[in-house]
Amino acid sequence: MKDHDSKRRNPGTALHLEWFDRIAVNTPAAERRAASLPARRSLKKEWQAAWLLNAVRCIDLTTLSGDDTPDRVARLCAKARQPIEPALLDALGVEGLTTGAVCVYPTMVAAAKHALRGTDVPVASVATGFPAGLMPLDLRLAEIRYALDQGADEIDIVISRAHVLRGEWSALYDELCAMREACGRVLMKSILATGELKTLTNVARASHVAMQAGSDFIKTSTGKEPVNATLPVSLVMLRAIRDYRDQTGFIVGFKPAGGLRTAKDALNWQVLMAEELGRDWLSPDLFRIGASSLLGDIERQISHHVTGRYAAAHRLAAG
Amino acid sequence: MPKVSDIMESMEYGPAPEDSSAVRDWLAGRTFGHFIAGRFTRPDQTFATRDPSTGEVLAQVSQGSARDVAKAVRAARRAQRGWGAMPGHDRARFLYAIARTIQKRERFLAVLETLDNGKPIRESRDIDVPLVVRHFYHHAGWAEIAETEFPGHAPLGVCGQIIPWNFPLLMLAWKVAPALAAGNTVVLKPAEYTPLTALAFAEICAHVGLPAGVINIVTGDGETGAALVASPVDKIAFTGSTEVGRGIARAVAGSGKKLTLELGGKSPFVVMDDADLDAAVEGVVDSIWFNQGQVCCAGSRILVAESVAARFESLLRARMDRLRVGAPLDKSTDIGAIVDPVQKDRILGILSRATGAGAELVGGQAQDGCFIAPGYLKNIAPANPGMREEIFGPIATLSTFRTPDEAVDLANNTAYGLAASVWSESATVATDLAAKIKAGVVWVNCANIFAAAAPFGGVRDSGYGREGGREGMLDYHSPPIPKPLRDPLPAAIAASPDGAAHEDKNIDRTVKLYIGGAQKRPDGGASYAAQDELIPLGGKKDIRNAVEAAAGALGKWQGLGGHGRAQVLYFLAENLALRRSEFAGFASVEQIEAAIRRCFYYAGFADKFDGATVAAKPGHLTHVQHDPHGVMGVIAPNGSPFAGFMSLVLPAIAMGNTVVAVPSQDKPMAALTLAQVLATSDVPGGVVNIVTGPRDGLAQALASHDGVNAVWHVAQGEALAATERAASETLIPVWSPEPRDWAAPDAQGRDFLRRATRAKTIWLPYGALPAGTGSSAY
Repeated sequence: MKDHDSKRRNPGTALHLEWFDRIAVNTPAAERRAASLPARRSLKKEWQAAWLLNAVRCIDLTTLSGDDTPDRVARLCAKARQPIEPALLDALGVEGLTTGAVCVYPTMVAAAKHALRGTDVPVASVATGFPAGLMPLDLRLAEIRYALDQGADEIDIVISRAHVLRGEWSALYDELCAMREACGRVLMKSILATGELKTLTNVARASHVAMQAGSDFIKTSTGKEPVNATLPVSLVMLRAIRDYRDQTGFIVGFKPAGGLRTAKDALNWQVLMAEELGRDWLSPDLFRIGASSLLGDIERQISHHVTGRYAAAHRLAAG
Repeated sequence: MPKVSDIMESMEYGPAPEDSSAVRDWLAGRTFGHFIAGRFTRPDQTFATRDPSTGEVLAQVSQGSARDVAKAVRAARRAQRGWGAMPGHDRARFLYAIARTIQKRERFLAVLETLDNGKPIRESRDIDVPLVVRHFYHHAGWAEIAETEFPGHAPLGVCGQIIPWNFPLLMLAWKVAPALAAGNTVVLKPAEYTPLTALAFAEICAHVGLPAGVINIVTGDGETGAALVASPVDKIAFTGSTEVGRGIARAVAGSGKKLTLELGGKSPFVVMDDADLDAAVEGVVDSIWFNQGQVCCAGSRILVAESVAARFESLLRARMDRLRVGAPLDKSTDIGAIVDPVQKDRILGILSRATGAGAELVGGQAQDGCFIAPGYLKNIAPANPGMREEIFGPIATLSTFRTPDEAVDLANNTAYGLAASVWSESATVATDLAAKIKAGVVWVNCANIFAAAAPFGGVRDSGYGREGGREGMLDYHSPPIPKPLRDPLPAAIAASPDGAAHEDKNIDRTVKLYIGGAQKRPDGGASYAAQDELIPLGGKKDIRNAVEAAAGALGKWQGLGGHGRAQVLYFLAENLALRRSEFAGFASVEQIEAAIRRCFYYAGFADKFDGATVAAKPGHLTHVQHDPHGVMGVIAPNGSPFAGFMSLVLPAIAMGNTVVAVPSQDKPMAALTLAQVLATSDVPGGVVNIVTGPRDGLAQALASHDGVNAVWHVAQGEALAATERAASETLIPVWSPEPRDWAAPDAQGRDFLRRATRAKTIWLPYGALPAGTGSSAY
């Protein structure tokens, strides 16, 4: 169990509409930047291996399926403890590597906690009527309390998309403040479900409200929307994080989720973090990747780096 | 090599060099000759070409002599007959093969370009070479369809092409592809600093079996270029500095060679208060911090709305600090090497004068070797040399404006007019600025986007001619030539009447100049004799007054729009028909009827000579419009006093130009009589100004007036040469329509309208939602 008091928290602010109501994101320009960014930086050899392993320590290894069972969750947790085959890590001289967290439904938190006992790997729980969030507010808040009661170390909440689509910023702000209060001393990650907000301007404005209400991370997606994390959406959210920091001095983390599947994706997103926000945002306390299949591809790349051969998936431990 | 666990702490990028071994094997101590008539010549006198990032000699190339150039031009001349006569489809196959082969060798060419020029491999790989490929594909298409798309047009013949060092292979493509597609053959001189990709291109031409002599490449310095300009080619196409462009224009004056010039720029980059500032900052990266700022169309003058200036600068500064300056072959390099130590010194010289004049330089430090960090000059005003001169290095200027009109004024406060970039989330505001900024290319909410289908080229000191698309193809074609008819030379100016007394019982007639809608006495107070009258003897000061009147009339005349101008021209036709008799003594019935028909014809065209929306890139509205030049000087034929005059003035004004017209020197009375009809036909004062007098002197006065934007001069020989020499200083495009029967049907047409306008390309990327169409810029 980590000491949450040592974590950097975002205390939030009063609602400041004027910090975001004039934002108008130029979508083609954001897409251009997002497209050229991965081509502007290249990571080779040791550097590539290091950045891939860094991605591993930022992964919130996730299972959020209707067919999750305690045993399935335990298998995932075993992978979180030992995400890369020890022989490969030995060869690279890296010790004690785990994923950033595991992320499960509230009813699976206990199983995860049990499976991760003796490690520092936190358990994140989704809550507030994940993924749609269309439940009465008191039930959503109760779900947060339930997850905490089960031992969750972090809470990934979902926002009401309707508030964004209808421009009801104070309603969104109030709801998020209530959730933040329910989260108490644990980190709150706010899922914007950007694939349903559609426009980048909506994404930027929702990001600001989420941060003003005290979110410690803003997160792109549940993984259930038709479009999940993309580089342009991430770019816009990172710029919101930067603007909020410039306004308040408060630091907020970022979690893309649902769109990262390949080792190349992991590199691209880290380059985005480094270029837009800097080195600090490459650490798990400010950067998480919500993913499940990504880890396998990274492990294959690491295996190739060490052995010079491409590994078949079946030779690496399943998660 | 550092340990993985250490890198996991530092999270540094590490080296990522592109493999250059294939290119180095190809170079391996090589000495190149010229590529003439399908073969490399034996090298004679040579010079070294270097990797500017290290100073390492890459290869020896040949210094082209006048003899080499002559040999190449002869080879091109021999090849042109067959190449020009070849079916378009067959030429298309060659261009397609060139495109394919470049594509197959894209990595080789990108590495070679980066080695020779110093630009980052990311740019040569993701921008230059893909654009080169696209350009050849696009023009393979033009070769295929040119015969039906440009009916009656013919190739110009042999084209001499001189290209710069900033985009060596891309500029080659822009020059060679349209020339070949149209059936011309080429002698190309690559830049002294960067000849290697052109030589690799020569190998590709040989590889695809391009007929010998269709492409000839002669390497060398400015002297080689001068020899090419002086050689018996049919056209010179030049991209490079304004200073050299002027010299070339002077050298070809009077030669009959066609000329297109793509010269320097100091392009404005306007950030409105409602712009997406992050997008605009990235636009600066794509402008002046692209290719080390060695980009003729770079948005180098950043003008930002005062209300957002502080935030914009802080974002700009933060972004600038993340740019990586370093080895061009490293895949993580943003800013590579300046092309040559000479250029680096030049940049630093301008910077030191700019700071000496009070500007503050942020960033922009000179580094060891040929490197300069990105930077910008602040606290800078238009009077500072740093804001006037093209720096051609990675340094922008940053200054503010208060209101949109001031933004336009500052944007246009430059001798240049190549490109502009406008940032605003309001379509209303952005398109207004795009219309008002004087430039050949305007990028709205983007910067430095290029496509083969989108014409590119400048106005003012940025040159004339277009590259890309239909307009670019027209610059390598000649339209159908009318049956020639000699225009008689003007008689010598006689200061006094011939003494023959008038039998006329009427009151003595006083004819005057027509300037700004009013009859004016000539400044010199003198007259000359013609058509039994004393004709005002206009001079340089009258031209000055007329240009001023014409410039003053532009706003109102263009504001009328095509339909409004058509109404005026119809009314003019009506009044001419009513007052035929007044012209009877000065023009034949045939001439008068032709003039009336011309009014109808150009009234009809006034709202129909449309531009186009070209299919350049998905997600981009790419609009090519035919903008009027502005103030035009029109020197009418001497032998056709009325039809000739009207055949030139009418297309010019129909397109929204205002005109200073010099009528037939020997028979000016028809035009002077027209002045009264113009006034009664609602042609606003200043739209047509008529200055009579010595044709050639007035032509030179017009061609040497910076306020004139285009000159049409029906003349030959020394008279035309003098006008072209004068225009080489002002960089005014001069068109000399072939003398012909000006009352004949072929004395009107689209070619006149094309000559009365310039293409302006406006780019507007659109997209409410992310569409996944953003490629890595190209």
